[in-house]
Amino acid sequence: MVGLGSYAVQQLSGWGRFPVEECHVFRPEKRRLIAPLLAARQEQNYIARGLGRSYGDASVNGGNGVIDYSRLNRMISFDAATGVLECEAGVSLAEILEAFVPRGFFLPVLPGTKFVTVGGAIANDIHGKNHHRDGTFSQFLDSFELLTAAGDVLTCSPESNPDVFWATAGGIGLTGLILTARIRLQRVESAYMAVDYFRAHNIDEALAAMVESDERYQYSVAWVDCLARGASLGRSVLMRGNHAVRSAVRGNDPYRVKPKFRKTVPFDLPGIALNPLTIRAFNEFYYRMHPTAHGKVVDYDSYFCPLDSIDHWNRMYGKRGFGQYQVTFPVSATSGLTQLLERISGSSCASFLAVLKRLGPAGPGLLSYPTDGYTITFDIPMRRDLVPLLRELDKRVLEQGGRLYCAKDATALPETFAEMYPRLDEFRAIKARLDPDNVFSSSMTRRLGIVNGDTRKRG
Amino acid sequence: MANARTVAILGSTSAIARAVAVAFGRQGYSVILAARDPEENETVAADVRARCGVEAHPMPLEAEDFESHAEFVKKCLDLAGDSLEGVVLCFGYMENQATAQSDFRVARRIVDVNYTATISLLERFAGYFEQRKSGFIAGVSSVAGDRGRQSNYIYGSSKAGMTTYLDGLRNRLYHAGVHVTTIKPGFVDTKMTFGLPGLFLVASPEKAGQDILRAIRKRRNVAYVPWFWRYIMFIFQHVPEFIFKRTKT
Repeated sequence: MVGLGSYAVQQLSGWGRFPVEECHVFRPEKRRLIAPLLAARQEQNYIARGLGRSYGDASVNGGNGVIDYSRLNRMISFDAATGVLECEAGVSLAEILEAFVPRGFFLPVLPGTKFVTVGGAIANDIHGKNHHRDGTFSQFLDSFELLTAAGDVLTCSPESNPDVFWATAGGIGLTGLILTARIRLQRVESAYMAVDYFRAHNIDEALAAMVESDERYQYSVAWVDCLARGASLGRSVLMRGNHAVRSAVRGNDPYRVKPKFRKTVPFDLPGIALNPLTIRAFNEFYYRMHPTAHGKVVDYDSYFCPLDSIDHWNRMYGKRGFGQYQVTFPVSATSGLTQLLERISGSSCASFLAVLKRLGPAGPGLLSYPTDGYTITFDIPMRRDLVPLLRELDKRVLEQGGRLYCAKDATALPETFAEMYPRLDEFRAIKARLDPDNVFSSSMTRRLGIVNGDTRKRG
Repeated sequence: MANARTVAILGSTSAIARAVAVAFGRQGYSVILAARDPEENETVAADVRARCGVEAHPMPLEAEDFESHAEFVKKCLDLAGDSLEGVVLCFGYMENQATAQSDFRVARRIVDVNYTATISLLERFAGYFEQRKSGFIAGVSSVAGDRGRQSNYIYGSSKAGMTTYLDGLRNRLYHAGVHVTTIKPGFVDTKMTFGLPGLFLVASPEKAGQDILRAIRKRRNVAYVPWFWRYIMFIFQHVPEFIFKRTKT
C-alpha cells in the first residue's frame, strides 16, 4: 500500500515526446489530499499535469514534483436548467461529451482533441474552431477554485478575484492548482454537424473564402497542404459548419452516434516511414478526398477530433518525436503567412497537413494565445536542425507581430516569448504576489524565463 | 427508489468500485454506495449522479465491524426493497508482506477485511437473493489468491479463501436462480500499486469496471480482468511445487 507522500519516478514528456525528463509524480486519489500534499513540500516545486496533451514541457518538471490529476476526475453537479456543470479539474472534455451529448448538451469550446482535462483547458485557455465567433474556454466559465501556494482556496471568476482569474486562464499552472470549475455547457439539437467543404486551390483563395463567409459558420477551419508549391502554395480544404438541427438528422435519436472503431499505432514507426514522399502522397490523397460540397451531416467526433480515433498517433513520428509549431499572424500579415508556407514547403522538413484558422479578438487572459488574425499549425518530425529552424521561424513570426502557443512550444527562447506576450509583466506581478517562493514551476517556465527571466535549472 | 433496478456496491470509494458504479449507472441502474469514508463516498455518489443521471445513495459501511453488518444489510433492503438486483463486493486491504509477517495485527486485518467480512456480508445478502430467486452477487478477489507465493502469501491466502467461499456460494445459489461471479483482477492501476516496481500489463480501473459489468451480465463464473491473466495464472498454477518452492517470486 503506498502512502500519501509517495511518488513514482517517471520519464515525462509532452505529446511531441521531446524533451523527456525525469519527474517525481504524485497522484492524489482525493481532492482533499491535494492541500496536505502541497503543504508537505517534499519537492522544491510542483506543476499540475492532466492528460499530457501539451506538445512541449508545460506539464513537465524535470527533477521536481508533478501532480498527476488522473484520479481527480469527479463530476460534482449538473444543472439541466442552466447547463452549468461543476466538476473537478481532472475531468476530461471526452468524459463531458460522453456524459452530456446524449442529454443534449455540448462543450462551448472544443480543441482538436477531446483528451484534455478541464484544468488543462483553463491553463492553456484553449480555443476551438469557433474562436472567431465565441472566444476561448475561459469565457464560458462561471468560476473555478484555485489552491494557492499558501494553502488558501480562492474562488475566481470575472467578478471575484478577476486578476487571478485572468492570470490563471492561459497561465500554464503557475498561479496555483485548479481544484474545481463551473462550466456553461451549451444546448444542441443533435450530436451532428452540418458541414460545407470548400476546396481552395491556393492560400489566397482560402484566405479570401474565410474573410468572405466565416461569419455564416459557428465553426470554421482549413486543412492546408503545406508541401504544395508554386501556384498551389497553401492549397486547402475549408471545413465549415454549424450544429445540425434535429430535422437534418435521420434516425430516432439525434444524439446517438455509432461507436467508432478505434485504431491504434501499436509501436513507434521507423524514422523513414514519414518522409517527404509518403507525406506528399498522403496530402494529395487527402486533398482529393474532399471536393467542394454543401450540407454534409457529420458526427461531432469526426468533425472536431479526427485524430482522436487513432490511439498514440504521435508514434507515427517515431521514437525521436516531433515538434508542433503553432503561431498567430495578425490580419495585416498574410504575406508573412505566405512566406512561412514557402519556407516550410521549401525546406526538406516534411509536415503533414497543417491547420489554418481565422481567430477573433484577444480575450482578457494575460497569457492567452489567440489574437485577432490567423493561426497556423504544423507538425515537424524531429531532426537535427529542428531547434534552429523553429527559432528562425520564431524570429520571422515576431517580425510580423505574431506569437507562439505555450500548449505547443518546446523550443522557444525567453527573449522571444517576452516580446510576443506584452502582458507578461502584469502576469509576473500577480505571480509574485500569489506565489513568491515559486512553488509552482515547470520546465517550460524555466526555459522561457517566465518568472522574472529566471532560467536556472531548478526553482 | 422502488422502481429502478438497483445495485449495491460495497467498498465504493476505491478506483475499481467507482468504475463499477459508473458502468452500472450508465446502464440506468440506481446505485447504493457503501464505504467507510462518508465525505469521499458522497463525492463518488455526486459523480455517479452528475455523470449518469441516476440515483446514488451513499451509506456507511465498516468492513471490520462485523456486528454492524446485519443492520447495514437491513438498511439496504429497506431502501431498495425488491428492486435490489445485485451486490458487488469491491473492498479489500493489502499491506506489504514484510509488515504483515512481523505484525500480526496487520495480518489479521488483511484476513478480516478480505475474507471474514466477505462471509459476514454476503451470507446476509444471500438469504434475500435466495428468496427473490433472481439477481447476482459478484466478489472482487485477486489473481494473488490463485497460488501462495513468498512475496504476498498473507494477502494471497485471504483472497484464496474468498475465492473458494464464492465458489461455494455459487453452488448454493445456483439452485435459486441467482448467479455468483468471481472477479480476479491482475495488476490494476490504483493507489495500491502506484509507483511500485516490477509491475506489468497494468489495467486501468475504468477498463476493469467495464470488464466487471460485462462479466456479470454474461453470467460468467470466474472472470480474470483483463482476460489474459487467466492464461498467465494457468501456467503459474501448473509449475510443479518442487520447482515453485525454490523460486523467489
